[in-house]
Amino acid sequence: MFDRRLVQYFDWGLLGLTFLIAAFGLATLYSAVHGDPAPPHRSLFVKQMIWYGGGLSVMTAIFLFSYKFFDRWAYVFYFFCIALLVWVLLFGKYVSGARRWIDFGPVSLQPSELIKIGVIIVLARFYSRFATTRGFTLRELVTPLLLVMLPFFLIVKQPDLGTALLVLLIAGTMTAYVKIERRSLIYLIAAGAVAVPLVWSYLKGYQKQRILTFLDPDRDPLGAGYHIIQSKIAIGSGMLTGKGFRQGTQNALSFLPEQHTDFIFSVFSEEWGFLGAMAMLVVFLVMILWGLNIAYNCRDQFGAILCVGVTAMIFWQVFINIGMVMGLMPVVGVPLPFVSYGGSSILTIMVCVGILLNVSMRRFLFE
Amino acid sequence: MNRYLQNADGDWFKRRLSGVIFCAVVAFVVLMVRVFYLQVMQGEELRRLSDNNCIRLQGIDAPRGLIFDRNGKRLVDNRPAFDVGVIVKDARPLEQTLARLAGYLDLDEAELRQRLAHRNGEADYKPVIIERDISRDTLAVLEAHKFDLPGVVVNVVPRRNYIYETSAAHLLGYLGEVSGTELQKELFPGARAGDFIGKSGVEKAFEKYLKGERGGRQVEVNANGQVVRVLKTVEATPGKNIFLTIDKELQRKAETLLEGIAGAVVAMDPSTGEVLAIASSPTFDQNDFVSGLSNEVWDGIRSNPFRPLENKAIQGNYPPASTYKIITAIAGLEEGVIDENTTFTCPGHYRMGNRTFRCWKRGGHGRVNVVEAIEKSCDVFFYQVGQKLGVDRLAWYAKACGLGVPAGIDIAHEAAGLVPTADWKKQRTGVSWQAGETLSVAIGQGYNLTTPLQMLGLTAAVGNGGTRLRPLILKSLQNPNGETLFSCLPEEIGQLPVSPKTLDIVRRGLWRVVNQKTGTAWVAHTAGIDICGKTGTAQVFSRKNNETLFAKDRPAFLNSHAWFVAYAPAVNPRIAVAVIVEHGEHGSNAASPIARELVKTYLRSPLSQTVADGAVDAPPAAEFQMPQG
Repeated sequence: MFDRRLVQYFDWGLLGLTFLIAAFGLATLYSAVHGDPAPPHRSLFVKQMIWYGGGLSVMTAIFLFSYKFFDRWAYVFYFFCIALLVWVLLFGKYVSGARRWIDFGPVSLQPSELIKIGVIIVLARFYSRFATTRGFTLRELVTPLLLVMLPFFLIVKQPDLGTALLVLLIAGTMTAYVKIERRSLIYLIAAGAVAVPLVWSYLKGYQKQRILTFLDPDRDPLGAGYHIIQSKIAIGSGMLTGKGFRQGTQNALSFLPEQHTDFIFSVFSEEWGFLGAMAMLVVFLVMILWGLNIAYNCRDQFGAILCVGVTAMIFWQVFINIGMVMGLMPVVGVPLPFVSYGGSSILTIMVCVGILLNVSMRRFLFE
Repeated sequence: MNRYLQNADGDWFKRRLSGVIFCAVVAFVVLMVRVFYLQVMQGEELRRLSDNNCIRLQGIDAPRGLIFDRNGKRLVDNRPAFDVGVIVKDARPLEQTLARLAGYLDLDEAELRQRLAHRNGEADYKPVIIERDISRDTLAVLEAHKFDLPGVVVNVVPRRNYIYETSAAHLLGYLGEVSGTELQKELFPGARAGDFIGKSGVEKAFEKYLKGERGGRQVEVNANGQVVRVLKTVEATPGKNIFLTIDKELQRKAETLLEGIAGAVVAMDPSTGEVLAIASSPTFDQNDFVSGLSNEVWDGIRSNPFRPLENKAIQGNYPPASTYKIITAIAGLEEGVIDENTTFTCPGHYRMGNRTFRCWKRGGHGRVNVVEAIEKSCDVFFYQVGQKLGVDRLAWYAKACGLGVPAGIDIAHEAAGLVPTADWKKQRTGVSWQAGETLSVAIGQGYNLTTPLQMLGLTAAVGNGGTRLRPLILKSLQNPNGETLFSCLPEEIGQLPVSPKTLDIVRRGLWRVVNQKTGTAWVAHTAGIDICGKTGTAQVFSRKNNETLFAKDRPAFLNSHAWFVAYAPAVNPRIAVAVIVEHGEHGSNAASPIARELVKTYLRSPLSQTVADGAVDAPPAAEFQMPQG
């Protein structure tokens, strides 16, 4: 039955933050796609609005029911996502060398986005049952490891290295949060230190080249290296106050690749300058701290771990994407939450917001 | 509710959370410092670079691999060419610049504007090529006025150069701009709009070896679009060099011999299958294709009734005519319907039912055995062999000799020819096979169709003792630094369906064709070289029984095609040749002298191995009587 306190405790602050970032994102996308000389990109702004509409509905649907629902259905949802990943490998739409999309007529979905949520929920369920102050031992970590590696390899196979790494990072953050027992941690680090050179020696020449280029874009001055230089020029040329809305020149001449998806922060920073970029970073940081605060106030382990996982996902995407376009990180295709164009990305991020709202508004239930 | 609160107390989780918060804040501080560094500390420098889009990429075209003949003579290379492009963004004021440029290039301004409009969605800072391959004089003019022409760039690009114009044009092929559909289907990985790719011949067949890998450089330009400094360079990788099996001298000789006639010549080393020459006439100049064909040249090529673009040696489907008698003889001997001593009498015609089939020699050949029948190309003898065999047995032998399927050369669009059978005709026309048609097939007429290359393969196999080899065109492949990547080895594709005895009989007949005064190709006989061969005269229209139209009254396009296939020397042959002369009328005098000259050229060339010294004592000079064949 409906509890009056649900309204009373509703997290209006988080919802406000979400709308603020979404507004940032839509404005930047508008500028990015309208500077593009290729007409087909122009419809992307409208499409993104529609995705946001869908995202809001999904978000609402998610905070209406108690998050215990996720705990109960964790494995079902997880394996549903895994089935989608297998499906996409077999029958997915082939776009520029990768199978990432399931085509549903006018829209296509990326199951690799959905599995991030799947992994977060299933790990939250597992860890909340077995966490102790001692921390997890190696043997206890076998099950979560399998739960993470299965989607990891399916995503690597597509191939979508960025998303695969993201799954690892999210899972890693959640595991670190629930604590790994000390000896086990030392073993893990030692095993990693041995494995890396061993695997490296088994790689073929061109595979090594690809990894080196990934780590150091300058090795590919006509491809990734060039994009990073152009991105840095775009960001830096914004200077203190920026060139003004829709005044970005790097973007207008399509110097930037993928300016509406992965490189959208460059467009934003060129137009809004240091002040704008700082504002965006601050809003993102506030949102992340907000998410962690919800975890802090949550009275049960599942909810707390769930919120940490969801917040970790937002954090890593922001950190990797913005770090990448500023030349601090390898070049990987990780979208900037709320801002980059992409239906699956928007839906996933709105699911995350829905989960945070859900946990936040039910914090009284255990009083 | 309690099951959510097991194992640990809430405070413990809260304490761990502070570690997470700390990490997140540190990470954001790093990002903020970086934003500060780029936008505030480096801001002015980066703003300057952004103002003119100063950092640009320039492509470096990879030189295509060179093509050599078997002796290392260069056939195709690259020369530097100058392409003029306009960078719209830098060409300010655009109107004025275009007007001036049109003047210097001697182009209509409207035309120039149209070419500029052709840049389908390319960005303003990328050069649009306006004119390819300008002359050095024009280049000098542009250089002298380069300060009046902002945004006009001249790119030095490697351009394909066919050293011997029109020579081996069909074999080497030509380049053309990659088409939109080819790009869309990603048929040529790494290719971009405006790139040239092999469109025919060797250029197409070995595209993957010949094409190099494009490089590029990151450059900084000033406000006028001129390069201030090069930041980074990735060198282009040149394509691999190809050595063909062709002998340039022989190829040139073949082309000289074909001048003024429509036809084809193809020569092969019978012991390896290496193609030594492959010429088709009339030909075309591949250099015309390199910079884009003008309409007049293209119309000229297309309206030529002798099909200059067709490589007649591998694409021409001709009735094999009397050259087919090699197969009829083999089939007859192997099937036992005749033996070496079987004779038939030729009165000049053969009557079957109520039809009369004529021999080419009205007076007849008298009593002939199989060797003499080959020598004199007696139709009546082979009518009877064919009649005893039936069409389907003949067809089996023809297919076993390599007819009816492409010979397997590495060049595209090879014709398959046609080996008729009773079933084939029934299926195709709905009419049953007529016994008389077998007789036409037995002398290589009727529905039979072959390419010169297929007949060459048969001849070479007869010459080398029965081994059918795949015709090779690629001898070896080298890296630009001269390191050999691989060499092609002879590739057996089958054996002729013959016993050594049968082969010996056929070869004796072929020897007599050229080396007996009564042979049909006595005209081709050469002092010191034992050429063995077979003539053929392929009718292009059917001659009725009471045909009275004589050659002199007939229009040229109704004249028969002349064939000659040969190998030499008779023992351990080193060259096999097939010649077809369209509407040349008779194999003996139109085609066989061409083969003779080629054999002489090749065997006496210092580059080919030494000629056997035994046979230099000169027999009497050839009497130029004109036997029919």
